[in-house]
Amino acid sequence: MTRWRQVRGGRWSPLAAMLLLSPMALLLIAGFFYPLVNLLGRSLWTPEFSLVHYERLLGEPLYLLILMRTLWIAGVVSVFTLLLGYPVALVMARLGGWKAALVAACVLVPLWTSALVRSYAWVVLLQRNGIVNDTLRGLGLTEQPLRLIHTEGALLVAMTHVLLPFMVLPIYSVLRAISTDLPRAAANLGAGTWSIFRHVTLPLSLPGVFAGTLMVFILSLGFYITPALVGGPRTLMIATLIGQQMTELLNWSFASAIAAALLAVTLLLVAAFRRVLRIDQMAGHAG
Amino acid sequence: MRARAPSLGSVALWALVGTILAVLVLPTLIVVPMSLTGDQYLGFPPRSWSLKWYTAYFSDAEWIRATLFSLEIAALTTVVATILGTCAALAIVRGDVKGLGWINAFTLAPMIVPHIVVAVAMYLTFARLGLTGTVLGFVIAHTILALPYVVLTVSATLYRLDPALEMAALNLGASRLQAFFQVTLPLSLPGIATAAAFAFIISLDEAVVSFFLSGVHVKTLTRKLFEDIDYSLSPVIASASTLLVVVSIAVMAAIELARRSVKR
Repeated sequence: MTRWRQVRGGRWSPLAAMLLLSPMALLLIAGFFYPLVNLLGRSLWTPEFSLVHYERLLGEPLYLLILMRTLWIAGVVSVFTLLLGYPVALVMARLGGWKAALVAACVLVPLWTSALVRSYAWVVLLQRNGIVNDTLRGLGLTEQPLRLIHTEGALLVAMTHVLLPFMVLPIYSVLRAISTDLPRAAANLGAGTWSIFRHVTLPLSLPGVFAGTLMVFILSLGFYITPALVGGPRTLMIATLIGQQMTELLNWSFASAIAAALLAVTLLLVAAFRRVLRIDQMAGHAG
Repeated sequence: MRARAPSLGSVALWALVGTILAVLVLPTLIVVPMSLTGDQYLGFPPRSWSLKWYTAYFSDAEWIRATLFSLEIAALTTVVATILGTCAALAIVRGDVKGLGWINAFTLAPMIVPHIVVAVAMYLTFARLGLTGTVLGFVIAHTILALPYVVLTVSATLYRLDPALEMAALNLGASRLQAFFQVTLPLSLPGIATAAAFAFIISLDEAVVSFFLSGVHVKTLTRKLFEDIDYSLSPVIASASTLLVVVSIAVMAAIELARRSVKR
């Protein structure tokens, strides 16, 4: 940004900048920030000020169970994606040429495919007569087809699958930036492959690990599509609870309170870890 | 460096990564064979092959209406988001503005807030204004969701431009407006085009906000998919999904290839 600032005529007046920014700012204020403030208001004034919806969210065992399940699933999905994503990022960073392009394509194609379609694939794979059940029966592991869809296990598998690219990419970009001189120096000093990884590569890649883990955790907390299709009403998470309160029970004030709570938690996490997260690298999009 | 046979550890690592990648890609692409089934119900692998579910898709008025509606929204979102986002990126990169950190946080906010929260908030406000189930409502919503990506992409392009080129035009007697429109803007066009493609795909693929803003009769392709996945197992859903996937991957691959050729 500085290069334009250094040269004469490079900077435009504050008035010109304001004029250029204002259409976007007006749209965001009217269409995004106002609705969020309105949502907060609806959760607090019914019509007098009251915290009743928040008390209900934290007081009733059913909702507390859903909050705990959401944290648990987000945590497990973060761990699963880390365990599966790190080796992929490691191999991707070491490759060159067409092999690197092939691995990159394997990571990017799912990222570019709508989460809706990927969740749908899991619905079909895990259905009563789906390939997973057929395989289990073929192997003699089960007599009757198992009910897989709408279980927590199914949701964990599907969410890990949908969110894995968000773990691979930040780790990959950090690993890629590590100078190859460092592992080579360690090798020259007599370190073995495992020792180099343990003492050089792994510590240097930790910023990417933190960024990826946080991103997957935050995305999991508010994820709607996969929990709605694969988790279903039996395995509600916060987002699907909001959806159920909105569309089925028409309890808009309570839905607003849950949404406001989810928003607060998300913003707190993003604000606390904004240096680690590097939001501007979130080039992909999830649901 | 001495050449050596791959160690057991690295063979194991490769095998592991190969398996993970296969598990990552296969469920993504499985809708393609699923859509080519000749059976009446979804299943994998199909017992017979046929294009009949594509015929079914193209002859179903409701699927076509949802698809055309999604394409209309995506096209309008692309235009509005690209214009507003490019103006904002110019102000951020070229303007004499204070509080850049706040402006960035403000601009990126729609990317951070979970889509379910955006969906509920927009639904509550838009319903009161009669904007749900309307083209205007969807274009406002999708433009807001696409703007961060447009601003990020265009400002990255602007930061990379060499100011010397515009200065040279000024020195050769061009006015500031001429220098901007004849030098800087044409040089930024690849970045702006990339941003436009992002906006199109974000709108086309967006499912959560679209789910809540759709009406009974006016719905996007993603809302129609969502409803049908929950209630039916017709392979026509796989055909519609395949078309959506093919369009998304084609556009995103074009962006990626363009980005790589610029880098070289």
